[in-house]
Amino acid sequence: MRNPLSEKAVALEPSGIRKFFDIVSEMPDAISLGVGEPDFDTPWHVREEGIYSLEKGRTFYTSNAGLKELKQEISSYLKRRCQVEYDPDHEIMVTVGGSEAIDLALRAMINPGDEVLIPTPCYVSYYPCAVLADAVPVVIELKEENEFRLTAEELLAHITPKTKVLILPFPNNPTGAIMERKDLESIAKVVQEKDIMVITDEIYSELTYSGSHVTIASLPGMWERTVLINGFSKAYAMTGWRLGYTAAPRMILEQMLKIHQYAIMCAPTTSQYAAVEAMRNGDDDVAMMRESYDQRRRFVLQTLKEMGLSCFEPKGAFYVFPNIKRFGMSSEEFAETLLKEEKVAVVPGSAFGSCGEGFIRISYAYSLKALKEALGRVERFVKRLEEKRK
Amino acid sequence: MREKILSIIEKNSRIDVKDLAAMLGKEETDVMNEIAAMESEGIICGYHTLINWDKVTEEKVTALIEVKVAPQRGMGFDSIAERIYHYDEVHAAYLVSGAFDFMVILEGKTMKDVALFVSSKLSPLESVLSTATHFVLKKYKDHGTVLEEKTTDERMLVTP
Repeated sequence: MRNPLSEKAVALEPSGIRKFFDIVSEMPDAISLGVGEPDFDTPWHVREEGIYSLEKGRTFYTSNAGLKELKQEISSYLKRRCQVEYDPDHEIMVTVGGSEAIDLALRAMINPGDEVLIPTPCYVSYYPCAVLADAVPVVIELKEENEFRLTAEELLAHITPKTKVLILPFPNNPTGAIMERKDLESIAKVVQEKDIMVITDEIYSELTYSGSHVTIASLPGMWERTVLINGFSKAYAMTGWRLGYTAAPRMILEQMLKIHQYAIMCAPTTSQYAAVEAMRNGDDDVAMMRESYDQRRRFVLQTLKEMGLSCFEPKGAFYVFPNIKRFGMSSEEFAETLLKEEKVAVVPGSAFGSCGEGFIRISYAYSLKALKEALGRVERFVKRLEEKRK
Repeated sequence: MREKILSIIEKNSRIDVKDLAAMLGKEETDVMNEIAAMESEGIICGYHTLINWDKVTEEKVTALIEVKVAPQRGMGFDSIAERIYHYDEVHAAYLVSGAFDFMVILEGKTMKDVALFVSSKLSPLESVLSTATHFVLKKYKDHGTVLEEKTTDERMLVTP
């Protein structure tokens, strides 16, 4: 039989998280700090709206770009929360999670050989999506001493005549880093000088704990060259509904919509109806969850500090990214030993790019009780490592 | 800081002050002082335990009683309420709008106890015009907590 496989698919590295997931799966009694999704259930009024839409028999396709009411709500949300204006009819579309939008944006903008800049550590899908879009991914290694923010110097150092797109993943998974207005302004300057496009993945935008989130699309001269991606998963605890959205200048959005139309048709209808409710009446839920994450963030940082696990203060998402270099182990080794000895799952930083080596990702999307138990075990583990090193 | 402390301990009064302080990014002593101040100012009125009595063999009944009263000269709702809420059997008492005046929540060992209380203590009060007793058959949710809810974490252990 002939080889049924595509070389491109075969050459893709399996995700480092997947590998770790397999190890953890064999340990059903392990407790976890490794989850990348909210611990809240979707607010009831939102779930109820989904149920209601099913009862009403709203089980058909929506238009490719999504329900008109939802696009209008997204438009007014972006204006209200991010001070950016998008025409709901031509500049906004609803996608299957933010993930689909990442894929679409790259496919809509990349020609073979174009370079895509990917600041890492970062979410696992940018790199493979870039590869699948025939781009050449170029990794920018962010530094702990900069609180894992992207600096203009780092950006400049990686730009070549072939650079087409910069991916801007903030607030960041796995580091929890954010980019404040001044950081974005210096990036925007370089991007405009060098005529580069930006895909900004702002899925964690509502989970910002220091001031409010700023989108690069709101800076002068940036709207035209930005594809903004956001979604419902993190802000409204709706991961399983698979619903995201993207807002971009019409010229780009039209191409993204064309690909979406052929590959996906439309985002799930039930989820879209629920999302309309989330956007109309969900501000209080978002604020409540943000406050709760923020409390746990402080608790986890304090606890890590007390056990001598150094960690920069992340101001977004729901992750902390402590440095484990002083134990002389690789991230994977650290995570695997921790799992074996204390049955606590954390994700090795190296799963998010090679510059995540020397760090682990701890999610604080857990109850205080679960966090205390798990961090107590981490502390025991760290103490033991220290004893051994003496 | 007060509202934040309250919103946390309203749900978990047994939280360690140390954890509470960490969660709020404050000093432990400051948090402790603030709580003490709120206790003495009567903002924090007590610390209780939420119990699902259905799971305990001991018999216990709860009744909601609508009470209609006729306030008399020199004796407003407050003083009538006082006559009612001082009874130990009264778990809670509210002045309410609508078709009746007070909502009184009673707890007793048996339905008979409750009925006896209503007929011998509550109804005979001069100002009380009428009562309607509703026995609670099942408690689904109390103090914002769903009593029978499963609390297992169904998320996968590791996700990106």
